[in-house]
Amino acid sequence: MTTATPTVAAGTQKTDAPKTTAGRVRKRLNTRTATLVSIVIAVVWTIPTFGLFISSLRPEDEIKTTGWWTAFTNPQFTLENYQQVLFGRSSSSGQLASYFINSLAITIPSVLFPLAFAALAAYALAWMNFKGRDWLYIAIFALQIVPLQMALVPLLKFFSTGVSLGGITLMPAWDLVDEQKFAQVWFAHTCFALPFAVFLLHNFISQLPGDLMEAARVDGASHPKIFRTIVLPLITPALAAFGIFQFLWVWNDLLVALIFAGGGNETAPLTVRLAEMAGTRGNEWQRLTAGAFVSIIVPLVVFLSLQRFFVRGLLAGSVKG
Amino acid sequence: MEFDFADEQPKLLMLMYGLVAFVVVVGGLLLLLDVVPAWFAKRREAQLVAASTSGTPLPRRPKQREGFFAFFFLLPTLLLLAVGLVVPAIRTMLLSLMDGSSTNWVGLRNYGWMFSDDSIVRVLINTLVWVVLVPLVATAFGLIYAVMVDKARFEAIAKSLIFLPMAISFVGASIIWKFVYAYRGEGDQIGLLNQIVVSLGGEPRQWLLESPLNTLLLIVIMVWIQAGFAMVVLSAAIKAIPGDIVEAARLDGVSPWQMFWQITMPSIRPALIVVAVTLTIATLKVFDIVRTSTNGNYDTSVIASEMYNQAFRYGQNGQGSALAVFLFILVIPVVIYQIRNLRQQREG
Repeated sequence: MTTATPTVAAGTQKTDAPKTTAGRVRKRLNTRTATLVSIVIAVVWTIPTFGLFISSLRPEDEIKTTGWWTAFTNPQFTLENYQQVLFGRSSSSGQLASYFINSLAITIPSVLFPLAFAALAAYALAWMNFKGRDWLYIAIFALQIVPLQMALVPLLKFFSTGVSLGGITLMPAWDLVDEQKFAQVWFAHTCFALPFAVFLLHNFISQLPGDLMEAARVDGASHPKIFRTIVLPLITPALAAFGIFQFLWVWNDLLVALIFAGGGNETAPLTVRLAEMAGTRGNEWQRLTAGAFVSIIVPLVVFLSLQRFFVRGLLAGSVKG
Repeated sequence: MEFDFADEQPKLLMLMYGLVAFVVVVGGLLLLLDVVPAWFAKRREAQLVAASTSGTPLPRRPKQREGFFAFFFLLPTLLLLAVGLVVPAIRTMLLSLMDGSSTNWVGLRNYGWMFSDDSIVRVLINTLVWVVLVPLVATAFGLIYAVMVDKARFEAIAKSLIFLPMAISFVGASIIWKFVYAYRGEGDQIGLLNQIVVSLGGEPRQWLLESPLNTLLLIVIMVWIQAGFAMVVLSAAIKAIPGDIVEAARLDGVSPWQMFWQITMPSIRPALIVVAVTLTIATLKVFDIVRTSTNGNYDTSVIASEMYNQAFRYGQNGQGSALAVFLFILVIPVVIYQIRNLRQQREG
């Protein structure tokens, strides 16, 4: 994939000076217009989010009766909405603090597991010699084809009734209740992330200098040791890139959570609760706007602070299937 | 009653179990692979010592056990992929040939239903509209923006703002846009779109209820989210065009228009294909936007959301599975095209 995606190189070409004054003026004007237009578009792009944010800070009757833009002429702001959706205990208020913890509990292991397993697999596929290595890599890569919709019904059945073959139980039903259902969600997210994770990390790991591995082997280092002490530190940027990917993916996911987490505030993440509120309380804008912003804030912070790694990951394998 | 943190502790305990499991599994695997070979090495050393003192011939060097080790490195991944993806996918194919409760074989009836039921045909048409419009518009916008913003002042900030929606969940984005599309019969409008319409002298409308306009408005949400992705990848491709090519063209006196079509476009073609294909796949599977905005009502449903409705709301596993298989079939050619393309680039 790396060949498909040019590395980010700063525009190094010299801008040749136009020969005439008119040419110079026109050139500068062109750049100016382009700058202006692109900034206007960027601002327009941000207005919907900005409007939501402003609304979430306005008192309930204001949100419901006047547009958020009137807040500029008639500023009235309050944190009441956040107080209500986060900590309110009535079933209609949102109880988002609870769901927020669910989102965290779902996301952390769902990022760690595929990251570790995929790194191990990618190392073996790149630097260990065994029969059928390339074939296996292609098979894992090709699994990206399978849309996760294909796996949902049987996987759910697998959790609820276990696996039996010809009357023999190979795997008992998981029979999970309440917060134990997190395990199902971790499992599902890990499985679904693996093909892409192996593919992305393989790209990085296979490009490490071979001499390094060779030298370590000659010194008698075992594969686990090489993996721990040489490979892991070198692929940290790739791990970070995939980690952010997976974090955003899991935190923002609705489908997997809807099916495997169960609907209550014991396990369902923010997205599930929000979708439910949008469906049943579509007109309670004071709750919806504040709620949406609560769910957005964590990925936004992660994204803004780690944008560089994220972009690198995007450019290395812009193919989340 | 206020939020009580004590109620949340079982969840944190569960999270801790998860983390412990992680350390045990991954750490255990690495440790095992470290300890076992060390034990073998030690035994061999002992054999060598014994052999040299007793004068018997040296035992042969043990065979390379790379395959054995590789197996353990790959074990978790292969196991999870088999249990979580391969076997379920095969089962879904079988389920698609069975009835709603997955007890009787019905042959291809579910597929027949898919192409004859009017509401499902509508779903297929909607999906087609999504798959054509989203990649096209998002890629075109991303490309134009990438060219325009290239070397402009405040480039980084402008790009970040366009890119930002990538971090927002589809659910969050849908709520943001539901608010833009919001409708009030009388009094002030609170939705931006209706406010604009009203201030231009028009009548406010219930945007999300009017088919086929509502499908287009949902597509706007997807484009809004994905255009930043297209822009970032294409912008990187544009910056990677070698400077001397651009300079040579400029010395030849080509116009910006020619520059774009004859230099920029051919150079970034591979990146364009990657973007378009990635967006196509993502669009085929779009589910959250439709579900959050309209729940698939008012003629807005697409394959992925209809699959969820059939299998998990109406209990029609057969029909849901058939839709999933159809989705799979639609994805295959796109991915194959992508793989072929990548291989060509790698060789060329």
